[in-house]
Amino acid sequence: RGSSSRSEAKSGRTDLIFLIRFRHCCLLRNQRCILAYLYDRLLRIRALRWEYGSVLPNTIQFHMSAEEVEWFNRYKKSLATYMRSVGGEEGLDLTQDIKPPKSLYIEVRCLRDYGEFEIDDGTTVLLKKNSQHFLPRWKCEQLIRQGVLEHILS
Amino acid sequence: QGSKLEIPLWLAKGLHDSKRRIISVELPKIYKEAWRTVFSADANVVDLHKMGPYYYGFGSQLLNFDNPENPEIAQTILQTFISRFRRIMDSSQNAYDEDTSVLVARLDELERALFRAGQKGLNDFQCWEKGQASQITASSLVQNYGKRKFTDMDG
Repeated sequence: RGSSSRSEAKSGRTDLIFLIRFRHCCLLRNQRCILAYLYDRLLRIRALRWEYGSVLPNTIQFHMSAEEVEWFNRYKKSLATYMRSVGGEEGLDLTQDIKPPKSLYIEVRCLRDYGEFEIDDGTTVLLKKNSQHFLPRWKCEQLIRQGVLEHILS
Repeated sequence: QGSKLEIPLWLAKGLHDSKRRIISVELPKIYKEAWRTVFSADANVVDLHKMGPYYYGFGSQLLNFDNPENPEIAQTILQTFISRFRRIMDSSQNAYDEDTSVLVARLDELERALFRAGQKGLNDFQCWEKGQASQITASSLVQNYGKRKFTDMDG
């Protein structure tokens, strides 16, 4: 096979080059498409850490590959290390207060049954669908982003 | 040899080689002389969406093939953008809370992205004026998954 293709290559040189180039183009194109898809997924997974929180719901994790889950965990860790290093002793939670806060406490309505929810001073609140509460902003922020609560403006 | 084919841009770019001359590229009509004069007369009347929704991007890619008309093509694309941009910017900043489909219909994809960016700026500003800027909202990613039931939420 080697010798015949070599003589072929010498006689029909242009043809072979064309074929090789063509096939190579197609391979590169497929590779680009795959990379674009995987990269887009990664960007969405990263956005989940900021918009949703550090623990992903099972329904989403179910659709992620093992590598993506590992990437998410490493990103989480990276972010946590960075946040600990800024803002003094306790660090700074950059994922909080994404919108500029106007007050310490906010009015929220529960969008679905969630159960008991403990606030800092030890009291618990029962989050039942359609109940309204006046709660500390920093405790509710994550639940609002996750769609459990709705922030009501007065 | 000598046959004419339609192939995708990525393939043409890969096969093109100024030294070996494997393929030569014929310009799509919108980049040819006849259309170029139309653009220089009044670029605002052209329906760029119909003429190939990626006029700017595709046109820029065309410059990869050594065509003698490249400098003119590049100039036309640039001038077209300059003359159309003002109107796009103005309309995106002044159309608040209304149906913009007529405004957007004749724009190519790049122009549509610019229009959307302008609209977003306008909407964000209005939201701030109404005092809604501090309202925490649900993550858009969550809203898409909202249809399914979350069986256990460890938050």
